[in-house]
Amino acid sequence: MGRLEAYPTLLQTNHLGQANPVAKKTHVSTTVNNEPAEFLCEPRESLLEVLRDTLKLTGAKEGCNNGNCGACTVLLNDVPVNSCLVLGVEAEGASIETVEGMACEGHLHPLQQCFLEGAALQCGICTPGFLVTAKALLDKNPTPSEHDIRFNLANNLCRCTGYDKIVKAVQEAAKELAAK
Amino acid sequence: MKSFAYASPTTEGEALSLLAEPGEIEILAGGTDLVGLMKKMIITPDLVVNILDIPSLKTIEQLDNGAIAIGAAVTLDEVLAHPYLDPYPAIGQAIEGISSMQLQCQGTIGGEVLQRPQCWYFRGGRGLLAAGGSAVEDGDSRYHAIFGNDGAAKFVSASRIAPALIALNATARVIGPVATGGSPVGLNGEDASERFFPIEQLFRIPRHEGERESVLARGEFLTHIILPDRRNFASATYEVRQGAGPDFPLAAAAASLRIEGGIVREGEIVLGQVAPTPWISRAAVAALIGQPVNEQTAEAAGLAAVTAARPLSHNAYKVQLAKTAVKRAILRAAGQETGGF
Ligand SMILES: Cc1cc2nc3c(=O)[nH]c(=O)nc-3n(C[C@H](O)[C@H](O)[C@H](O)COP(=O)(O)OP(=O)(O)OC[C@H]3O[C@@H](n4cnc5c(N)ncnc54)[C@H](O)[C@@H]3O)c2cc1C
Repeated sequence: MGRLEAYPTLLQTNHLGQANPVAKKTHVSTTVNNEPAEFLCEPRESLLEVLRDTLKLTGAKEGCNNGNCGACTVLLNDVPVNSCLVLGVEAEGASIETVEGMACEGHLHPLQQCFLEGAALQCGICTPGFLVTAKALLDKNPTPSEHDIRFNLANNLCRCTGYDKIVKAVQEAAKELAAK
Repeated sequence: MKSFAYASPTTEGEALSLLAEPGEIEILAGGTDLVGLMKKMIITPDLVVNILDIPSLKTIEQLDNGAIAIGAAVTLDEVLAHPYLDPYPAIGQAIEGISSMQLQCQGTIGGEVLQRPQCWYFRGGRGLLAAGGSAVEDGDSRYHAIFGNDGAAKFVSASRIAPALIALNATARVIGPVATGGSPVGLNGEDASERFFPIEQLFRIPRHEGERESVLARGEFLTHIILPDRRNFASATYEVRQGAGPDFPLAAAAASLRIEGGIVREGEIVLGQVAPTPWISRAAVAALIGQPVNEQTAEAAGLAAVTAARPLSHNAYKVQLAKTAVKRAILRAAGQETGGF
């Protein structure tokens, strides 16, 4: 055994190809929307699957499941990631923020309010991803140009509204946040 | 995804001992390429070793000789924002081409350089060489190689940053077991060695299905990319793209040039997305040495770069794009950008 002892998942999952092909679950402690969270998951489960199926946070959406559409975007240690390409086990010790964490004390985040008022959504599947990515952008750059907004939202696809209303909503939200 | 075991070591030595385990092992960095391939079961490791928790791989440091050591697990957004890299715009321009906030924040420079080819036959599960090259030859070769394609490998090297790193004479630091031939190095008393080599030597054209497009042996991994002090060189990357979204260029070139008294004295020009490896063009540099940079000399260097191209049945258009990429990378490096993107 020796050095494998430090790696309980190795022992459990029997990666040498014998017997049980299903990996035992790993215990993960993390923080989701500023609250401590714990879950069990197999190494092959994505963070998106864990959020939706285990933690029942269904805000992040499964669109393409391969990093193209951005519908599953969440913040992992303050930066936006496609949660379909992150393993659930990678959340150990991390801090995760999902769209569910954006509203504060019953008040929508200015981005959410501006999306609503500016009709920047139709079917809504892409919206959580846009909101989280736009929040990451405004956290980093509170006064983005239209180009900055379009550039940074390029990995978020919308197949119904088109992008103009989304870009305008982000511009409005930036103004509102600046005025606060 | 097929079930696998997972480990996240916190030191280079620990990572090496995990990589010495039996079975199929993959290194996980940002996961933006690997996790997608595992989902499609194109890659089905028994063990995944996450290198993101190893602090020594996550720093950008200036060395005494002015060189800059970039840890393989540094994310692309960190590279882009780091002031040490300001003198080397070719790198930032390549990263900006990955127009996705998510992929820049999640993807690492090591993973970018070692990402697997985008060839649709490979990604469709037909193997890296796709029936000894015949799937591409008889099929759709629109996005395939125009150089280095006379063997079975017809795919193009996917890295956008590698041409810039090669043009800037970067060195790779790779660690592995002593058997891989490096100099012994004390990492937790493990059986470990390190080797340093020009980063272009990381890439190879595989000759059979058992070979990958990188030379890394079993048990080895890339820890750092070391950029020598080239502050007296002007550099740029130029990519010809279909659109502005997060998609791969059709052809690209990086140039680094030492221009003195208005005359090019030395340099490197490296093409991307045209061959199974990044493609160094000595002919393009030779055409430029001793010349001033202007539209005509840049055009002539572009032409020299593609004279030996050998397109497949659907990609002759890439010859023109590669030529233009070289021309524009040269003009951009010299601060004579002429519009177009
Ligand atoms: C939708 C989408 C669009 C993309 N568009 C682009 C694009 O336009 N341009 C572009 O360049 N890339 C693109 N990528 C590809 C790629 O994801 C990124 O380039 C990224 O930087 C890869 O880094 P990573 O850290 O996520 O790599 P990973 O996915 O973790 O690893 C990639 C490969 O490198 C190996 N590896 C990683 N680090 C090391 C190391 N230190 N030593 C040895 N092996 C290692 C892994 O085993 C794996 O095989 C895209 C990906 C997606 C999903």
